[in-house]
Amino acid sequence: MANGAAAASSSRAITVTVNDTVYERDVEARKLLIHFIRDDLDLTGSHIGCDTGNCGACSVIVDGVLVKSCMLLAVQADGTAIETVEGLSESGELTPLQQAFSDHHALQCGYCTPGMLMSATALLRVNSDPSEEQIKKALQGNICRCTGYWNIFEAVKAAAGNGA
Amino acid sequence: MLLREVEYAKPSTVAEALALLVADDGARALAGGQTLINVMKARAASPDVLVDLNGIEELKGIELAGDGTLSIGPMATYADIIGSAEAKARPILGEVCAQIADVQVRNRGTIGGNVCANDPTNHLPPLVAAIGAQFHIAGSDGVRVVPAEEFFLGVYLTAVGPGELLTKITIPAGKSDGFAAVTLGADGTCIANAAASINGSLRVALGCVDAVPVVLKPAATDDEAVRAAVRGAGLLPPADVHASSDYRTHLAEVLALRAVRTAVERAGG
Repeated sequence: MANGAAAASSSRAITVTVNDTVYERDVEARKLLIHFIRDDLDLTGSHIGCDTGNCGACSVIVDGVLVKSCMLLAVQADGTAIETVEGLSESGELTPLQQAFSDHHALQCGYCTPGMLMSATALLRVNSDPSEEQIKKALQGNICRCTGYWNIFEAVKAAAGNGA
Repeated sequence: MLLREVEYAKPSTVAEALALLVADDGARALAGGQTLINVMKARAASPDVLVDLNGIEELKGIELAGDGTLSIGPMATYADIIGSAEAKARPILGEVCAQIADVQVRNRGTIGGNVCANDPTNHLPPLVAAIGAQFHIAGSDGVRVVPAEEFFLGVYLTAVGPGELLTKITIPAGKSDGFAAVTLGADGTCIANAAASINGSLRVALGCVDAVPVVLKPAATDDEAVRAAVRGAGLLPPADVHASSDYRTHLAEVLALRAVRTAVERAGG
């Protein structure tokens, strides 16, 4: 195996763009993307809930695709553009979706909220007027233990109406 | 969770991937990672080298030949299959992929990873067994083609051996297929499932009741013939916290009927 990209190694230098900022870091191959985002980049908005791929609290958008960052290695994100919850309101102003979460009491403890916001953001990008069924399907990979989900569905519906 | 130390390689061709897999007994192919990364956290799998297949373009395509045969690259994700115009030639594929887990998992998880994991609770093993898929496996001696009956060998075990790689899944033309499952919650972990396909004759594959999909060829498509085939299969499914062995046997029969009825309906009665 001649070249560097194809050869096996236990760590490598990666370049990722997170919320429009470019980061270059050396990472161990065994490091999960969620740990890289939280520990190496100090972006602690994305949460670790179950660490088994079920709860969705670690959901981020990688090259436009919604993923759970506990089931991706950081080295696999080399060369990608990542969006985390911090990127939603970089101007300091809440997005219509975030405002709707606040207005509709769509969070209580807030632990699942970053993942919910990223999943709902991904939904509204491809479907600006989702039905309740479509919202439920889109948030299927995100678990909330406080709200019973209804207020979250209401918030996403309201945000869709506001052109989020 | 911090994984055990592991080396990582990202080849861009099948030849490079095979060289990496052959070079180290502890090397393992990483497809979508929606199973493997989690079992690595639990130390249930502990590869020394991960060979990431995500950089291999030749493993990703979905093509439809003139005779209706679908060729699906094993690295096609569930979302790719759901959204593919070509894959709609065999509509059941997208329908079943849309029932797997959730959006995030469907965006990363792959058809090749699903069948190569051969977790008995996965949906795709019984489906590809019922619709007569063929598996193209590349190794140092070239490529061999294995039918579904010979592909699934045991729990987490398939015909893809050490140093080999699944490079293509071919699926014959057909639309008269059905699928039914009972899961924990919508699209959750499977308790039992069944797929049926009428292409000339009827084939039924039962999942979650044995180490590999149980393929049956009922004598006819009516309820009695399907029930007789399932009862004659001598099923002895495992019991777990979700279902007793007897309940799984009961579900296998019910789900086989549902899958066959759908297939019959789509065959035009």
